[in-house]
Amino acid sequence: MTMKTYRQALHDTLRAEMLRDENVFLMGEEIGVFEGSYKITAGLLAEFGEKRVKDTPIAEEGFTGAAIGAAMLGLRPVVEIMTINFSLLALDQIVNHAAKIYGMFGGQAKVPLVIRTPGGGGQQLGATHSQNIELYYAFVPGMKVVAPSTPADAKALLLAAIRDDDPVLFLENLALYNTKGEVPDEDRPAEIGRAKIAREGHDLTLIGYSRMAYIAKNVAETLAESEGLDIEVIDLMSLRPLDRETIINSVKKTHAAVVLEDDWLTYGIGAEIAATISDGAFDYLDAPVRRVAMAEVPMPYSKVLESAAMPTNDDVVSAIFQTLEAVGRRLKKVGQSHD
Amino acid sequence: MTDNALPTAKTTTAKTTTAKTTTAKSTTKKAATKRTPVKKAATAKVATAKVDGAQLVKFYRDMVLIRRFEERAARAYTEALIGGYCHLNLGEEAAVVGLMGALRDTDYLFTNYREHGYAIMRGIDPNRTMAELYGRVDGVSKGWGGSMHMFDMSHRLLGGYGIVGGQLPLATGAALAIQYRGLDEVVMCTMGDGTANIGAFHESLNIAALWGLPVVFVVINNGLGMGTTVAKASAEPEIYKRASAYAMAAERVDGLDPLAVLDAAQRAVASARAGKPFLLEVLSERLRGHSVVDPAKYRSAEEVAHLAQFDPVPNLAARLVKERILTAAEVHKIDEEQAARADAADAFAQASAQPDVSTLFDYNYATPVANDSRRLPGEALFATVARPTAEVTR
Ligand SMILES: Cc1ncc(C[n+]2csc(CCOP(=O)(O)OP(=O)(O)O)c2C)c(N)n1
Ligand SMILES: [Mg+2]
Repeated sequence: MTMKTYRQALHDTLRAEMLRDENVFLMGEEIGVFEGSYKITAGLLAEFGEKRVKDTPIAEEGFTGAAIGAAMLGLRPVVEIMTINFSLLALDQIVNHAAKIYGMFGGQAKVPLVIRTPGGGGQQLGATHSQNIELYYAFVPGMKVVAPSTPADAKALLLAAIRDDDPVLFLENLALYNTKGEVPDEDRPAEIGRAKIAREGHDLTLIGYSRMAYIAKNVAETLAESEGLDIEVIDLMSLRPLDRETIINSVKKTHAAVVLEDDWLTYGIGAEIAATISDGAFDYLDAPVRRVAMAEVPMPYSKVLESAAMPTNDDVVSAIFQTLEAVGRRLKKVGQSHD
Repeated sequence: MTDNALPTAKTTTAKTTTAKTTTAKSTTKKAATKRTPVKKAATAKVATAKVDGAQLVKFYRDMVLIRRFEERAARAYTEALIGGYCHLNLGEEAAVVGLMGALRDTDYLFTNYREHGYAIMRGIDPNRTMAELYGRVDGVSKGWGGSMHMFDMSHRLLGGYGIVGGQLPLATGAALAIQYRGLDEVVMCTMGDGTANIGAFHESLNIAALWGLPVVFVVINNGLGMGTTVAKASAEPEIYKRASAYAMAAERVDGLDPLAVLDAAQRAVASARAGKPFLLEVLSERLRGHSVVDPAKYRSAEEVAHLAQFDPVPNLAARLVKERILTAAEVHKIDEEQAARADAADAFAQASAQPDVSTLFDYNYATPVANDSRRLPGEALFATVARPTAEVTR
């Protein structure tokens, strides 16, 4: 085990995979000379040269599509799209081609492609630069979408994504890059399509992914201390496929669920999870499934408005308390931190 | 002229190249494969062609205003009073004033995220421009847009846009609206050199040329898109030549000389007004990092050391004094006045109110609609309602 940041875990894994397999190469804007907008690829151009670390023009559709084509011939491109907002310019190539080629041609060509891209928000970047639109990809059959919340999972899921023969959208998060954790030194790829119980508990199931899984764990720990609550936290890790089994089993045990997401409420990932719980654990539920998500507006630049639009720890705590109240559970200090 | 030199503004402006002649009569050899900025001598040469003292003084005032405004903004950003990204026009002042000088009040501008100077030159009060950076209610976009997204319909600034290339199709469409209505107006659409490589560039220029739309596409070639040089990003580094693919008229001009820029921009705008869209490439410099936070480590010390020599603001000051248009004292007075103007803008911005949270949903839709979502993050969809006992025991 080595203590490192999420950023370092990604960097080290990319490097190790490039050393292991010469078909693995990197492509994206500003990943070489500039060393990556968020410095994930720092030093890799110097080590591997321009053939393996390709700086591209600003041409998301062009280079993402080119990566798909290269993957069809057996290379294993790892594309970096500077932020998920700009992936919209490549949406056609990803949705109409990367996700379709294996099926549409009867399984004759595989697309072993990884698209790494960070989501974010909360940095006053305004409406076009603060979106969390991983859902667009999770919606599409043929895509795999993974979203680690810890440095260890970043490594395990990136290993899995690079070694996978399908297109994988690998969601990172601006707010997680500097977070730290123990990372195993050996290669243990995660299994894509599996969620993780990040914290065991009996009182309520708190579900999130990426930054929201990180927040879920923090809130659960805080409430364990302050309220003596025993909250189970599920880190989805994989948005497509979605591990419905783990969700259902947890709710059967806790009888209540709150879902956290960094995107908009309507038609969001939380809606899919709520529907899953309704289908698979209806009789076990003691309260409606609550979702905490962003306000449904194009994100304003103003700090005051942006803060109001983003879910906070207090919003999460208040949703948990209200759910437990609906269950009929008495709390020591209900409402104290949130009204 | 060495192989590396950029064209002098004079030779470029002398010839408005149409698509047919562009390739044949290119005024440069290998101009943009490097980033050697325009030779100083080149700037001086243009001057002799056309010295309009009053115009130069006006340009100087405006360029200094932009310079002081940007420096003030950078400081406020470093003090965390301004958030998000903050891209400055430092080094591009001559290009900004020359381009904006060619537009009528009734013409339109679409630009990118590096647009503070453009906003001010369109006639928008620097106070409101700075207030936008602070995210306050008096900002040009009421605090909703920030540095990258300034907009003012009354001054016909139809947006800074943060998505690279996003403004190109929009500008094309605005030109379509003008043509549709038979008006005498023109749209100018500025972008960076790196932006010429996005798909929207091709689609927009083709449509504009095909339909004869009144639009001028301007590439501010500052040599860099973030840390990527033009040579590393563009197969044809002489970007204006790409117009030939659309049979569009094009020209390249020295962007460190405001008069040369004005001259070229006037021709480009006149062409567009006559239904012939135009591609104008303005060779410029980015004196600092891509945005305030970028230390620009990818530039060599040598390159950085040379930058000051191509700074259009002190160069113009020196020229004004040398040509006895202004005395050193008069130049100094302008500098002081504009520094005070920037400080006043900052004070205004700081004093302006923060938007109220109750306004968060004010701009959801232009046409009010049933069932519009107006929920804050923690709010439940429904209040929990217990089912009537009679029903439960049914
Ligand atoms: C579609 C898209 N891709 C990437 C970015 C990130 N980005 C912002 S500015 C920029 C460089 C643009 O360079 P250039 O067009 O030369 O303009 P300059 O910044 O030099 O004025 C990049 C890559 C973006 N905003 N939008
Ligand atoms: Mg540029």
